[in-house]
Amino acid sequence: MLGRAYPRVVGGNREPSWIFFETILPLLSIAAYVFIYKAFLTDPSRAATVNALVGYVVIGGTMTAFWLNVLWSMASQLYWEKEVGNLQLYMMAPMSRMALLGGMAVGGMFMTSTRAIVTLVVGVYVFGIVLSVANPLLILAVFFVTLIALYGMGMMFASLYLLYGREAWNLSALMEEPIFLLSGFYFPVGALGRMVALGASIIPATLGLDALRQLMFSIGGAGAQFYIFSPEVELGILLISAVVFLFLAKGSLAYLENLAKKEGRLTTRHQ
Amino acid sequence: MESNWTQPGLFLIYSIIKPVAGAFILVLMSFVALAVGTGSANLGDSALFAYLFIGNAFFIYVANVLFGCFQVIQSDREWYQTIRYVYMAPINYYVYIVGRAASKVLIATIATAVTIAFGVFALRIHLEMPLWQIPVFIVVMLVGLLCVVAIGLCLAGVSFLTAKHVHGLAEGIPGLFYLFCGVIFPLSVLPGWGQSVGRALPITYWLEAVRRLILPQSQLAGITTGLEGTDLAGIIGLLAVSTAFFFLLSILLFRWTEHLARKAGVIDMMTNY
Repeated sequence: MLGRAYPRVVGGNREPSWIFFETILPLLSIAAYVFIYKAFLTDPSRAATVNALVGYVVIGGTMTAFWLNVLWSMASQLYWEKEVGNLQLYMMAPMSRMALLGGMAVGGMFMTSTRAIVTLVVGVYVFGIVLSVANPLLILAVFFVTLIALYGMGMMFASLYLLYGREAWNLSALMEEPIFLLSGFYFPVGALGRMVALGASIIPATLGLDALRQLMFSIGGAGAQFYIFSPEVELGILLISAVVFLFLAKGSLAYLENLAKKEGRLTTRHQ
Repeated sequence: MESNWTQPGLFLIYSIIKPVAGAFILVLMSFVALAVGTGSANLGDSALFAYLFIGNAFFIYVANVLFGCFQVIQSDREWYQTIRYVYMAPINYYVYIVGRAASKVLIATIATAVTIAFGVFALRIHLEMPLWQIPVFIVVMLVGLLCVVAIGLCLAGVSFLTAKHVHGLAEGIPGLFYLFCGVIFPLSVLPGWGQSVGRALPITYWLEAVRRLILPQSQLAGITTGLEGTDLAGIIGLLAVSTAFFFLLSILLFRWTEHLARKAGVIDMMTNY
């Protein structure tokens, strides 16, 4: 696990321009979405509301880094490894395949966290957001459990993507904007309607964002009518999601290995 | 080539879902802003919502074409590994990329049409264009698209020389346009220096001209766009001049970067990025 996490932690910082792009690019979309709320709410008496909504955007924009990392560096990873010829080496190596995926996840979480923290801090500073932190320990718990559930989902996708062959790239591309919409990355997800929001809760970012927003901008603040559950309930659901996704990741990996043994074409490229 | 990974029907759905989902994000953000800010969430009555919705719908062209132009060289070089054969063929490579960009324009046209149709029929956005303005609209679209393709060709030239920065630039450049060109909010909302940046970019004038041509004047009158001082003819003039500039720049930059790439022998380099 450590061996696979190492290149993500160390190698990820070898190209300084990537650090620039990974921290600054999210700020561009964050800034664009922030100005939407500022354009709609120009009345100075609405400053607290604007602060909360802008904060929602910054938190959501920060979370996009993790979702994109899950898509492009977790879900698509085994497919890329196959295309460049590394997958057979992984399969032959005397190690657990779950440890390989776990290493990718741990390394990805660490690398993305360093970028996301910069994005969050710069976003809070540039837009002058006033945070109203209610329960720091609960925030940390929600954040880390959300990440575990998200990366568990990514580990599951990594196996499934291999089955879809050359559609993997497009699958990841397809799961950007639609998931930003369904999970409420830039607005409180309850605005989609309670049933849709509940359905979207299968994506861990949905409940994670909802809980973090409640905890960082005081429960009952702007947009409170759009919250789904209390942060404690959302943490409980996220814990269950994390366990379920890790089991599903193990199951899908076992299924893929069995299929590979039967059909003998797991490492065949360009299919 | 854009759709070679799947069935045509699935590709069409795929091409539409992403931009429509992007438009829905704006719908929901506007809904929340109106609901929280004013207690009313009737999007159809909001001039500002129509303004941003139309800007975002036409920005689909910018995002698609710029990303597409960036991707042509990288995909031919790294994924399909066909660049050496295409490059050696007796064709003009600049024109070849224009052709690849044309397919992106076609796909973007479908996505934009679907997005606008959704806005008109589901969100009750009111469009209004007198008959005499239709030729003007067509001219504005052609000039605007030529400008977008020219910017895309400038960026395609850059991707001759780099592999590891392509994705960052392909997302960063449209991101800059999205922020500074008054796509989803009026230019006047930006700080002064941001407005100056926006006024230097042709996409700002293209979107402004499109909005003035298809949105009711009564709606636009209620929005401080930051470009009120310039009439429609002036906006189209600025768009034409900046398009001519970018068209010339695209030829010069493309030729120069192509020359550098040939000199360095990296036209068909494999980097695995």
